[in-house]
Amino acid sequence: MAWTWFHKFGSPPHFYRLAGKLTPWFAWPALLLSLAGLYGGLVSAPMDYQQGEGYRIIYVHVPAAVLSTMAYATMAAAAGVGLIWRMNVAYAVAASCAAIGASFTVVALVTGSLWGRPMWGTYWEWDPRLTSELVLLFLYLGYMGLRAAIEDTARADRASAVLALVGVINLPIIHYSVDWWNSLHQGHTLLKMGKASMPASMLVPLLLMMAGFTLFFAAILLVRARGEVLRRERGTRWVGEVVGEAT
Amino acid sequence: MMHWLSMGGYWPFVWPSYLLTLGVVVLNIFLARRSLREARSDARRRLQMQRSGS
Repeated sequence: MAWTWFHKFGSPPHFYRLAGKLTPWFAWPALLLSLAGLYGGLVSAPMDYQQGEGYRIIYVHVPAAVLSTMAYATMAAAAGVGLIWRMNVAYAVAASCAAIGASFTVVALVTGSLWGRPMWGTYWEWDPRLTSELVLLFLYLGYMGLRAAIEDTARADRASAVLALVGVINLPIIHYSVDWWNSLHQGHTLLKMGKASMPASMLVPLLLMMAGFTLFFAAILLVRARGEVLRRERGTRWVGEVVGEAT
Repeated sequence: MMHWLSMGGYWPFVWPSYLLTLGVVVLNIFLARRSLREARSDARRRLQMQRSGS
């Protein structure tokens, strides 16, 4: 009985309709939170005493970096669910994560690079945090490449799921790289020794941007996953009803 | 205003970061909506083919 919701969620028509209803509930708050975060980050937050106004890159860099790892964790979890329960909807969700995650990994890398130039004096350094984030991009590209190379969807789902799960090892490496190695990259952004690493006037806009990006990811993922589910289920009766052509 | 735009001299690093992020956000919205639209058209075409074939 407790698993009824799980099996219901795995039903393609149910997922398609639910995702359609949920999308605006993620999209509009994402827009509002991001606008508030942008105002806070670009206008109201004070200048940093060490990095001057240059630190304001943090308000796009950190949310993009968080989204890049969150999308991978979601992709791997969905791929794992697909592998274990052979759930087509879970595979559709996993496949939909990759392009979103890859695009925000590029944002995290490029904005980090642009931040690094004035602060470290270089656009790129083979630092553990930067290198593991670059490996994340390669994992996304590998996942998408593998899917594209295998014509049979079921085989592509299984093979790419294994790759996604193996790549999970990179996530703790990204997160703890600043603790495990001497890194040029600054330490954890939100907490240092259990305390906030910046004053509330700087922290609140960052939290707003992170919440906005998270909801944006959810909204885009739902739209993409709906398309992916439709593609996999085309020709079925419920899809016929959905596209308004059913007899 | 000019003072704000100059970002204390860091504008060549700050503004490209924000523009890139905005571009990727807009691109994600565009691609996701296009993907759903195309999936709907594909499904409709497939259904029409099935109906004309039966």
